[in-house]
Amino acid sequence: MVFFLRDSEPPILQGRLAAGLQGSRTPRHSLATALSPATAPQQDGGRQRQGRRREIGTIIRSLGCCPSEGELHDLIAEVEEEEPTGYIRFEKFLPVMTEVLLERRYRPIPEDTLHRAFEVLDPAKRGFLSKEELIKYMTEEGEPFSQEEMEEMLSAAIDPESNSIHYKDYITMMVIDEN
Amino acid sequence: MGCGTSSSMKDKKSEKALKAALVIQNWYRGHSAQLKTRQRYALTIFQSIEYADEQGQLELSNFFSFMLENYTRVLEEDPELVTHLFDSNIQDKDRQDYWVSIDVPDSYCGPRLQFPLTFTDIDLLIEAFKQQQILHAYYVLEVLFETKKLLQQMPNFTHIKTSPSKEITICGDLHGKLDDLFLIYYKNGLPSVSNPYVFNGDFVDRGKNSMEILMILFVSFLVYPNDLHLNRGNHEDFMMNMRYGFTNEVLHKYKLHGKKILQVLEDIYTWLPIGTIIDNEILVIHGGISESTDLNLLHHIERNKLKSVLMPPIPIDGDHATEKGNKVGTTITARGIRTNGSLSEQLTKHEWEQVIDILWSDPRGKRGCYPNTGRGGGCYFGPDITSKILNKYQLKMLIRSHECKPEGYEICHDGKVITVFSASNYYEEGSNRGAYIRVSSGSPPRFFQYQVTRATCLRPLYQRMNAVESRAIRMLKERMISQKTDLIRVFQLQDSSKSGKLSVGQWAFSMENILGLNLPWRSLSSHLVTTDKDGNIDYMSSFQDIHIQKPVKEVQSTLIETVYRYRSDLQIIFNVIDSNHSGLISMEEFRSIWKLFKSHYRVCVDDSQLDELAERMDLNKDGSIDFNEFLKAFYVVHKFDKLSKSDTKVA
Repeated sequence: MVFFLRDSEPPILQGRLAAGLQGSRTPRHSLATALSPATAPQQDGGRQRQGRRREIGTIIRSLGCCPSEGELHDLIAEVEEEEPTGYIRFEKFLPVMTEVLLERRYRPIPEDTLHRAFEVLDPAKRGFLSKEELIKYMTEEGEPFSQEEMEEMLSAAIDPESNSIHYKDYITMMVIDEN
Repeated sequence: MGCGTSSSMKDKKSEKALKAALVIQNWYRGHSAQLKTRQRYALTIFQSIEYADEQGQLELSNFFSFMLENYTRVLEEDPELVTHLFDSNIQDKDRQDYWVSIDVPDSYCGPRLQFPLTFTDIDLLIEAFKQQQILHAYYVLEVLFETKKLLQQMPNFTHIKTSPSKEITICGDLHGKLDDLFLIYYKNGLPSVSNPYVFNGDFVDRGKNSMEILMILFVSFLVYPNDLHLNRGNHEDFMMNMRYGFTNEVLHKYKLHGKKILQVLEDIYTWLPIGTIIDNEILVIHGGISESTDLNLLHHIERNKLKSVLMPPIPIDGDHATEKGNKVGTTITARGIRTNGSLSEQLTKHEWEQVIDILWSDPRGKRGCYPNTGRGGGCYFGPDITSKILNKYQLKMLIRSHECKPEGYEICHDGKVITVFSASNYYEEGSNRGAYIRVSSGSPPRFFQYQVTRATCLRPLYQRMNAVESRAIRMLKERMISQKTDLIRVFQLQDSSKSGKLSVGQWAFSMENILGLNLPWRSLSSHLVTTDKDGNIDYMSSFQDIHIQKPVKEVQSTLIETVYRYRSDLQIIFNVIDSNHSGLISMEEFRSIWKLFKSHYRVCVDDSQLDELAERMDLNKDGSIDFNEFLKAFYVVHKFDKLSKSDTKVA
């Protein structure tokens, strides 16, 4: 099920992007509605006009962008108030985010790139990574996972009988789910 | 000699590994964020529908007032009905000889409590309820009478002191979810003098073990009256129970004595304290505050006079304060569905509103104080209101419940307001965590989260999210079908070319207007309708895979839709009329109520159609209708679904 903007760019998105380039309201509107549940919808008619700082990452990623943690940090710095209040104002966020979307920045990782990344970590080409290996890479390399992130990933990825992650199956399962 | 090359090879290798790890982490975080957002959407759907229902509930009180105002006319046409509706309940609810005469047979193998109760009785109950045993009505009533006696001695607000060595645990809504209470007692220990608890309301309704939760809590209270504190929630209200399931649960589990149990509970609710104040710093109440919250007033009102949110004090003027004697000789007064008796047995309007604010309000980010249009009662209060009220009474923090939060708790208003919600999986397995808080003077509060699950370990996040999401979408679709006629009308109004298509914007606007639910419609559209390649929405596509089961083929769809939509309201009205809880009402009563209902809610349904329907439903052909069966006959069929009946919670 197509829930969000995807890099395969269905016609709806193209239409919106085109409209956006002409300055129409549509991309802004979809951003607004995308934001509303994450920022506690008001039922008194006024949408809350600020999001919490730590939720901004979730929002940006749910819109189909995949910034790294470092890129996210920079992006937040761009939209934050001069005196960090812990909140991000929608009026500041919207133009920055619209530009990110229109420029197609931080495109998500294609499936085969992801597969190749796993293969790099599995030089013996066994087709799987052991639990310990995955934990080591995810929590020590790159932009390390928190413990919660690690546990969450393991719960879906791990094959309890062999205590290993068969990455090809895992990727397939995740991609189907997203659809 | 290969030093240089081997180390640079190692660097290259580790650089590749680094990049690979980055790719995987990046992808995973994107995927995880999407799951979380889907969870949020699902919760928003559940919550919107829940609050819209609550609003409907409060709308019902207007209907009852409407019935009162029109009762003279009803009296002329249908004196029997009036007797049912306005019967003054003169039964003495304190009559304990009632329960003493109940016999507990030897064959009863459930728990037997020993009065005076001790901590062993708490254990006994827990073990018994784990085995799904039911406590005999004899013991239930004994516990209830003792609880009521003790509650009557409690003040409106209990003042508690903690110390660094004696923390107090605060729990939020449980809503009949017994597993969560078990988990809390297991993780956090049973209540005792050194392990005090505050349970912040909403113990009952929705879940299927409200009775068991009440029994455990009341028994705990009787054993440790100074260390187990119970606050009233908006569901500790006999009329709310009629809609949200507790009344049904009691009548189902206690076929013989259920009515008596419900009567006693009606009173007990009114005697539950309004709140607790910890160390003169923390105010613990169920809902929230308003800009006019007056704690001094609230300390002194006679809290037991507030029977139900659906029974506001009736203003006294010539027209309303009429008394009529009927042929039986008892006095019927136009004061409410169950007579409140004389004026002195009501709260003033101001006092009543103060309590409703405490039980129903919600904090919001927007400054100021606004009517809580989501729920229809209490208000929305902003951070400025919180500061103002807390400062006024030299308090530091407000701890409240009333709203389901994904993490089980939430902090807002600059750390001054904490919401704690203790029913995990409230909407659906996997929908949210539960939490409790431990506080003691001088330390910041500590939060404990949990999630009950039947399996030995939680399913992976994406599986849980799928389940939650499907359920939310189902509920939303059922909402849509219950207003199909109105929706189609509005769609067609905007579809001037009669193409069957609308733009996303038009569709979203119509949905929000008709359904009155503040949801992210654009993002949800892929679940609800089909869209063509130009991005336009085929608005009839939502109604293709779902329909309301027609209990009788000849009856019009609009009637079916109307009954389905108002089924919860009708359930309550029928329950109220059915004062002897027989489950049956007469055809005349049914017709009279329907007439009144039609005119108040302004539904356009042909009377003859309804007659036809009712005749068909009178299966025994004895002139009476089993209304539970009647309402159950209206359910939604999801065509492409494995489950053939939806989870229609009639009440």
